[in-house]
Amino acid sequence: MKQRLSNLNEWVDHRTGIPTAIRQFLYEEIPASSGWHQVLGSVAVFLFLVQAFTGALLAFNYAPTPGDAYNSLRYILTELTAGRLMRGLHHWGASMMIVVVVLHMIQVFLYGAYKKPRETTWMVGVVLLLLTLAYGLTGYLLPWDNRAYWGTVVTTKIAAQAPLVGPYLTRLLGGEGSIGVVTFARFFGLHVLLLPPATLLLIAVHIHLVRKHGVAPAPGDELIPAKKFYPEQVFKDTLAIFVAFAILFTMAVAVRVPLEQLADPSDTAYIPRPEWYFLFLFQTLKLFSGSLEVVGTMVLPGLAVLTLILVPFIDRGQMVKVTRRTFAAGVVLLAGIGWTGLTAAAVITTPKEAGEVAVDYSAPTDWMQLSPEEMAGVAYFRRENCISCHSVGDGGSKIGPDLTRTAIHRNAAWMIQHFKTPAGVRPGTSMPPIQLSDAQLNSLAAFLLKLNPNNATALSDAPDFVVQGALVYQANGCSDCHQVNGGGVALGPGLNGLSKRRSRSWVEDHFLDPPKLSPGSIMPPYRLKQTDLDNLTAYLLALPE
Amino acid sequence: MDDVRIATESQQTPGATRRSFYVVAIYGLGALISAALGLPALLYLFVPPKMRRQSDWVEAGDITQLTPGTPLEMTFRRNRVDGWKVTSEKSTAWVVKFPDNQVVAYAPQCTHLGCAYHWDQGKTEFVCPCHNSLFAMDGKVKDGPAPRPLDRYQTKIEGKQLLIGPLASSSGQTA
Repeated sequence: MKQRLSNLNEWVDHRTGIPTAIRQFLYEEIPASSGWHQVLGSVAVFLFLVQAFTGALLAFNYAPTPGDAYNSLRYILTELTAGRLMRGLHHWGASMMIVVVVLHMIQVFLYGAYKKPRETTWMVGVVLLLLTLAYGLTGYLLPWDNRAYWGTVVTTKIAAQAPLVGPYLTRLLGGEGSIGVVTFARFFGLHVLLLPPATLLLIAVHIHLVRKHGVAPAPGDELIPAKKFYPEQVFKDTLAIFVAFAILFTMAVAVRVPLEQLADPSDTAYIPRPEWYFLFLFQTLKLFSGSLEVVGTMVLPGLAVLTLILVPFIDRGQMVKVTRRTFAAGVVLLAGIGWTGLTAAAVITTPKEAGEVAVDYSAPTDWMQLSPEEMAGVAYFRRENCISCHSVGDGGSKIGPDLTRTAIHRNAAWMIQHFKTPAGVRPGTSMPPIQLSDAQLNSLAAFLLKLNPNNATALSDAPDFVVQGALVYQANGCSDCHQVNGGGVALGPGLNGLSKRRSRSWVEDHFLDPPKLSPGSIMPPYRLKQTDLDNLTAYLLALPE
Repeated sequence: MDDVRIATESQQTPGATRRSFYVVAIYGLGALISAALGLPALLYLFVPPKMRRQSDWVEAGDITQLTPGTPLEMTFRRNRVDGWKVTSEKSTAWVVKFPDNQVVAYAPQCTHLGCAYHWDQGKTEFVCPCHNSLFAMDGKVKDGPAPRPLDRYQTKIEGKQLLIGPLASSSGQTA
């Protein structure tokens, strides 16, 4: 058996050379000083692979167009097994990758590992850092929730400020006027089609350069025989990868990544904030205003990137002993303090979310206290089967938003517009238009405006005869002369507590000939269908005092 | 570190032990990571989505328009859950009223390969144009390659309205 395997290996090696190449890669000599401080590059490559893997899996159930993007992500999170885990890995993996890439750079910087002849390795590394940030920027839009939308509005506006190229950059990102399908397609294309091959190519170049020049030695290494990459250093890399993965996995399971409500370009209360690793840039921007703003958005970041790329040519000294590189350590420390300060300032100055509109607890808590108009709204709510897509406070995971969340109600005018053309008011929504008359939509809006977590039970509790009775009440314009639960005109007697005053037969007879039973009444007679009369009477007699 | 390396080269026991520990650890940790990523990935791809259970009864039409012995194709709209989309789409059913006033609604696809069949009043049979499957009015296969009788929808009658529900699970056995 062993002989066979060895023969097979030899055959493959002779034809492809791959086993030899792997052996050369693994048994590469590395300086005796190599060790734990050099594991970060491997961890970064591993995290990139995790991102590619989880990203592909997410793409299997993701529709890359605004609106649908949100719905499909919601589907991944609520309907698919391990969907939340996949998104968690991808989300936290992105943050972790930035952390690891930056730590990798700090290590290389402190050890002076970018010095001759390794300048190009460093420069390719800086480009890889920029690519990592580009993933963060483009991926931010893809959930198409409010956070994604508003964050990207800011990003594209900053890009537009770039001197000379601003307008072209805006056009390239499809962000002319507003962020819509074009911007979304561009960001998605960058994120999944352009950046990954570019990253793979540059990682290959980066590793090739590391191999070409060898791992940077420490002073004194030349006196000690070199060691092999495999298995000791590979073990250290693997253990570091495992620790990183364990942290990532724990975060993906334990820290829930929120999906906010569907992107809403008309939501003026939303306070956009970038991802945590961009907060320092965001804060830098605030230090400049007016015509100087471009200093914060373009000049400083541009200079920083330029400086970073040119580090090997700025620091031309020979010193690579890490304990003697006090200046380099000072630079890292200062940069760290600056970054932390700016980020902390950005976090502190973030205003608390405007929050949900305060729940109106004076709103009725029971179906008996709804006005006839609102009660008719219940009827339309049931008839239109709103409940098949929306949850009402039961914490369900339906496709539409929870309607007891009062913040989404706005006002009646907005709501009615939304009912008529949902996609016009909220682009990308999958809600179909509601085919009702204006008066009926008014009722529905009136009810929804009152709906809150405290009275959601009215929806299921209100008996059908009451709801139907309210429809008859509305259809006959009873509220033009009567008051119920404080709604309507007090021309005729109020109808609350009718059951205490009149019997059912009296009420029924009264409809046929009001003046006969109430002398002097100006109420016209009503000849209702028997079922309508039954429902209306039952409704009126059910009214509380 | 140095002594380790020398030991490894000279194949002495402590070095060899350490070396095999490294190798086992590399493969072991690698396997753990692969499993932690691979198993959820398999669940993610193969476990069907949690269905939104809807008791989806839709009004198909007025049963008074039915005459015993003459199937009628009724058209109605119903919501279909398709991944993350719920689409309202036109749907039909062949509705038959039997002399005993029992009403049956057949799904409009042939049980062979899903073609739309139609009713031939002259021959009093359902004819599938694709591969000439023939079904009797009670849904049974009379001829052709169809493997089982026509699928039936669950039905309810409320007043004059025929309500159509999901496919009856027993549709395979009834015949």
